Amino acid sequence: MTTTEIDNKTGLVTQEYKINMGPQHPAAHGVLRLVLTLDGEIIEKVDPDLGYIHRGIEKMTERDTYKQIVHLTDRLDYLSSHINNEAVCLAVENALQIEVSDRVKVIRTIIAELTRLASHQLWWGVMGMDIGALTTFMYAFRDRELINDIMEETCGTRLTMNYNKPGGLMFDIHPNFQKRVKEFIKHFKVSLPEYNTLLSGNVIFKKRLQGIGYMSKEDAIAYGVSGPSARGSNISCDVRKIHPYSAYDRVDFNEILMEGGDSYDRYMVRMKEMEESMKIIEQLIDNIPEGDFETKTAAVLKLPKGEYYQKVESARGEFGVFIVSDGKKSPYRMKFRSPGFANLSILDKISRGHKIADLVAIMSSLDFVIPDIDR
Amino acid sequence: MGVKSDMENKNNQDTFPGQVIPGGNGGNIVVGVLDQIINWSRSNSLWPLYFGTSCCAIEMMQTGAARHDWSRFGMEVARPTPRQADVIVIAGTITNKMAPVLRKLYDQMAEPKYVVAMGACAVSGGPFYYNSYSVVRGADHIIPVDVYVPGCPPRPESLLDAMIKLQEKIKTFHNSKRKNPIEGFDEGKVSCI
Repeated sequence: MTTTEIDNKTGLVTQEYKINMGPQHPAAHGVLRLVLTLDGEIIEKVDPDLGYIHRGIEKMTERDTYKQIVHLTDRLDYLSSHINNEAVCLAVENALQIEVSDRVKVIRTIIAELTRLASHQLWWGVMGMDIGALTTFMYAFRDRELINDIMEETCGTRLTMNYNKPGGLMFDIHPNFQKRVKEFIKHFKVSLPEYNTLLSGNVIFKKRLQGIGYMSKEDAIAYGVSGPSARGSNISCDVRKIHPYSAYDRVDFNEILMEGGDSYDRYMVRMKEMEESMKIIEQLIDNIPEGDFETKTAAVLKLPKGEYYQKVESARGEFGVFIVSDGKKSPYRMKFRSPGFANLSILDKISRGHKIADLVAIMSSLDFVIPDIDR
Repeated sequence: MGVKSDMENKNNQDTFPGQVIPGGNGGNIVVGVLDQIINWSRSNSLWPLYFGTSCCAIEMMQTGAARHDWSRFGMEVARPTPRQADVIVIAGTITNKMAPVLRKLYDQMAEPKYVVAMGACAVSGGPFYYNSYSVVRGADHIIPVDVYVPGCPPRPESLLDAMIKLQEKIKTFHNSKRKNPIEGFDEGKVSCI
């Protein structure tokens, strides 16, 4: 739908043109291709083209047993891998009515919050980099390494932990776990204000974000936006509060809500969420109850015929697992409700009328992980 | 006893393989084998391309960040455009839809160019080797790969090790005998470089 205008006096032809952003673009955080329709530098339309990292994970689950599925969900949203695992395990445990011990619940919650912190740290570093502040990247990754060390010691891997299994955990926590988490919290309590000093109050940074990419409350609800992006538009949607799972019902934390709805508010929600995550960890780390780290289950689990849904709050929003079972050892159909996909759908709406450079800021503030969108 | 063997000299990253003789008028004279000097300079300023498709990209970023810091080996200048890059680190899964894009990126890079396949997905398809209908089983179906790094995802140290291996490989090149690795690749000929 190219519109062409010809000036009668000069004969100059003016037409809107299309430009590709991606699939190989450093600010796309992966392989997302956006077809931009432009009027000069002003964005008229954003058309996302997905599938460059579509790996067919949903189809693969139909051949695997429920215990084998868990490791695939690591690779969906690899920045909240533990939280994805948890969703699948909770869905299976609820379907089979497997009771897990309090110890498992608490450990799962602590590691989920550590994952969230690591994810937000990475987002913060990369967001600064997208806007043009390269130092943030180094600060964020310095602190992220500490979380990775804890993960490595307890879960065995740095990034794709695969620590959960239906019925509990793969193995018990490392003896050093509590000590190192406390050390990290102590360190990060100093670092986080440093983040704010470095970037949050920066005038250039604020000018790049304030009033950019305004998302109204109605739009956000209509498009199904969730997570910190929606809470920046004052929508209370934290699954940890509304439908508490694991040990979230026994901790005290605030759901961060901001009213502005622009990119800066979405930024601030995540910054404050990091404080809340630390609060949750602090409450639980000294009170890990004794008990088994796993409930013995059969080697091959068979879910009763029916449909099951479990949602959790990942670092990007509501992550849901929908299982249709026909009573066999693998699901008939498994659907992942990924937060990124819904959050991406609003990109066109909120970036119209802004400049191309603003699109990078808006994308950063929505915090995409592309394999999560493409699955 | 105080005498370094030839092998030790070769492996030393910092050793300049020529001799610099101070000349007059602000100029110096370098005496050495041209091949060695070219290889030495190439191997110590490898500029990677920003190319991450999935999980491995995070570990690649970690390798570039504060703790592991690959700029120690001359790789800090990650370029967003293939035209300025020397090495492409394939960090993540390559799907059927992404394959032509990867080939295009590779073709846009200037010679000499090198490829590191990072992670199980880029090596062989990894966890998606079985049962997935959309994953390319290894990036070497599309472009010739120099170094393979196993792991899902590999640790930053593994990637650093791979990059150092690549540097060692570059140091053994004969520039006169060298040919473009993509020549005959599509016909199934594996060129020895």
